[in-house]
Amino acid sequence: MSISRNAITAGLVMIVLTLLLGIAYPLAITGISQVVFPGNANGQQIKIAGKVVGSKIIGQDFATPVYKNGKAQMEAGEPVTKPDPRYFQSRPSATVPADNAAGTTFSNLGPNNKTTEAEIAANIQAYLQLNKPYDPGLTKATVPVDAADSSASGVDPDISPANAWIQAHRIVAVRHIRLSEVMGLITKYTTGPSLGIFGEASVNVLELNLALNDIQGGR
Amino acid sequence: MTFDGWIQLIVLLAVVIAITPLLGGYMARVYSGDRVRLERLFGGFERGIYRVIRTDVKRTQDWKSYAASLLLFSLAGWLLLYLLLRTQTLWNFTGLNPEHFKSAPWNVTFNTVTSFLTNTNWQYYSGETTMSYFSQMAGLTVQNFASAAVGICVAVALIRGIVGRNGKGLGNFWQDLVRTILYVLLPIAVFGALVLVSQGVIQTFGHYLSFTGLTGLGGHIAVGPVASQEAIKNLGTNGGGFFNTNAAHPFENPNGFTNWFEPLLILAIPASLTATYGKMVGSRRQGWALFGAMAVMFVVGFAVLYAAETHGTPAQHAAGLHTAAVHGSTGGNMEGKEQRFGIAGTAMFNESSTATSTGAVDAAFDSLTGLGGAVPMANLGTGEVIFGGVGSGLYVMLLYALLAVFLGGLMVGRTPELLGKKIEAREIKLASLGILVTPLTALASTALAIADHAGRVSIFNSGPQGFSETFYAYLSQSNNNGSAFAGYTGYDGTVGNLAGSHGITFADLLGSLDLAFARYVPILFVLAVAGSLAGKRVAPAGLGTMRTDNPTFVVLLIGVIILVGALTFFPALLLGPIAQSLTGHLF
Repeated sequence: MSISRNAITAGLVMIVLTLLLGIAYPLAITGISQVVFPGNANGQQIKIAGKVVGSKIIGQDFATPVYKNGKAQMEAGEPVTKPDPRYFQSRPSATVPADNAAGTTFSNLGPNNKTTEAEIAANIQAYLQLNKPYDPGLTKATVPVDAADSSASGVDPDISPANAWIQAHRIVAVRHIRLSEVMGLITKYTTGPSLGIFGEASVNVLELNLALNDIQGGR
Repeated sequence: MTFDGWIQLIVLLAVVIAITPLLGGYMARVYSGDRVRLERLFGGFERGIYRVIRTDVKRTQDWKSYAASLLLFSLAGWLLLYLLLRTQTLWNFTGLNPEHFKSAPWNVTFNTVTSFLTNTNWQYYSGETTMSYFSQMAGLTVQNFASAAVGICVAVALIRGIVGRNGKGLGNFWQDLVRTILYVLLPIAVFGALVLVSQGVIQTFGHYLSFTGLTGLGGHIAVGPVASQEAIKNLGTNGGGFFNTNAAHPFENPNGFTNWFEPLLILAIPASLTATYGKMVGSRRQGWALFGAMAVMFVVGFAVLYAAETHGTPAQHAAGLHTAAVHGSTGGNMEGKEQRFGIAGTAMFNESSTATSTGAVDAAFDSLTGLGGAVPMANLGTGEVIFGGVGSGLYVMLLYALLAVFLGGLMVGRTPELLGKKIEAREIKLASLGILVTPLTALASTALAIADHAGRVSIFNSGPQGFSETFYAYLSQSNNNGSAFAGYTGYDGTVGNLAGSHGITFADLLGSLDLAFARYVPILFVLAVAGSLAGKRVAPAGLGTMRTDNPTFVVLLIGVIILVGALTFFPALLLGPIAQSLTGHLF
């Protein structure tokens, strides 16, 4: 086979493959998925009164903007926020702003780096500041690792059960509801390991927060 | 480490062992010209393709002709992909660029294209801020299939060379390519994609979602046709994420089950090809011997990674964090890891992905512990033979097998032979060169990138971690893996529409050079070995024959692999992960 014949063949194969694998295959998968699994295929959107409040499996930042003299505070082009104590808080996120699902990123912080230590120490401090008033026994040593280490995706939808149990004290005090009720919800929205063996038990933060609003009539 | 952590890996290996003879035997039929059942469905289509591409696939090619077809096919793919990605906005009429992303700069694109052509999928770009759906589908997904098929073709050609009894023919590249895609990759990818969607992986052409959260803060969520790419990304050991955070992203890998299923897709073909080899050479034990050597190293890698990440990092301990497991929390190093996978699930995914030259990640490698980070480095440093990439794992492993029978022969004074064929100076020279090209490329590039200021601007972390990032970048690109210590960058400002974002030419081009050189040069050596073996007479096995299907050979093979890897990479490992593991000092 000559080089030029081979080259023509190569070009033709690429065109055929592009039509088959680049167009027909993804179209077919999209078609089947949209019919058979429309909820999953479109990202498990959660709607309230017709408005999208998020995706069940994408973490979000349950924070409120900080105002000063009636104006939203800005820092580096992003609004300054503080955690809303009425909601369970997601894990630390390295995206800008936090939990930005339009631009996910790792923190890429190394294991032996001072910047990593500073970042983790700041996360611990923020966690203590938010939760210690409601859980006096909480110390640096009892902060769960998932609450101090930033997630991989930056939009981790889950926290560990230990993390949820600690935050439950705050939720109970701020929302004036019974601890047993909150603990029941945590159990309800804990999933995994899949099939009993794959992965770890994790608590879906958005579902948990929605359930809190539900039992209080949407507040 | 806990039993619960280990059980995931045990179940994974058990299923891989179960499917290896089935899928491997099936693939042997696909490449032996036997009719397979799917031909009833696609047979007409297959013959139609041969007519369209105007080639007589019945004509068998010698190694040079086979190599020429392969290289021209790769060149055509390179040009088409570069053109598609650089003209991204030209395809907006398809409606498949809802966010109106512009093309990435030329240097980043150069790297991306070379990376996808070589089955590497190293990514300096960030998917959800750079690539249109059209580019992801018609560009990147196509090469996910094509580059995987090329690897498998080379492995099959080498097997044919080993078993060939008369003449120099290695088969027909175009036929092997088309049959790989139609009868192996595409059917499994369709199955895999649908399983993934059933678990929550998304598949849509819609706009990015906008939402208003419970506290009133709003945001956007990137979406896209993810499942169709996710399936082949894993099955073809490609590894390129639809999103920047790859398989850590909940839309790529939504739960503990998918975090197990994706490694299964990753391991399926590389593991099964050992059985394809066994069946085609007429002795299944030969295939299981290779499988055994791979599996032993695989389990050791998982154990070290799992143990290291359970222990936590000096930075965590310095910040006062307790990393022991407690009720309701796994403990360990959760920096850059997802809650739903945990430490064990993360170790399982990334051991599978780096051992196989896939490079998909469900965690941030830059944030692994020092020793934990050494595991992917070791998987890369041994030349991606621990199952390895589709095809490439088997063909590099067979080069090591040639080296092992040669060394074994020297030790006991027997004539080295593999399956009755005498291994002579020519084959050993070719095999040695094929094995050494990759580490030499990686080490030379690392040295250059560390010595030159233009290389050091890509570094993110200070101290030994900065060295590890650089070393990993060139090790990964040379081994066509594609995973990264992702602080290392070749694209400053990774938002496509952001003014002022630009590629870092040094990192982009040095990486591209490694990608192409360390993919195609070994392929040429492998095909040359195949051609050389194909012409040899088979001598009957005698008393003096060293067996290549027993535990002794497995141990010898592992020994050769570790010896070559250690001799090559030990100094580099000392400067990065080993230095970090020996100290609690922060940099």
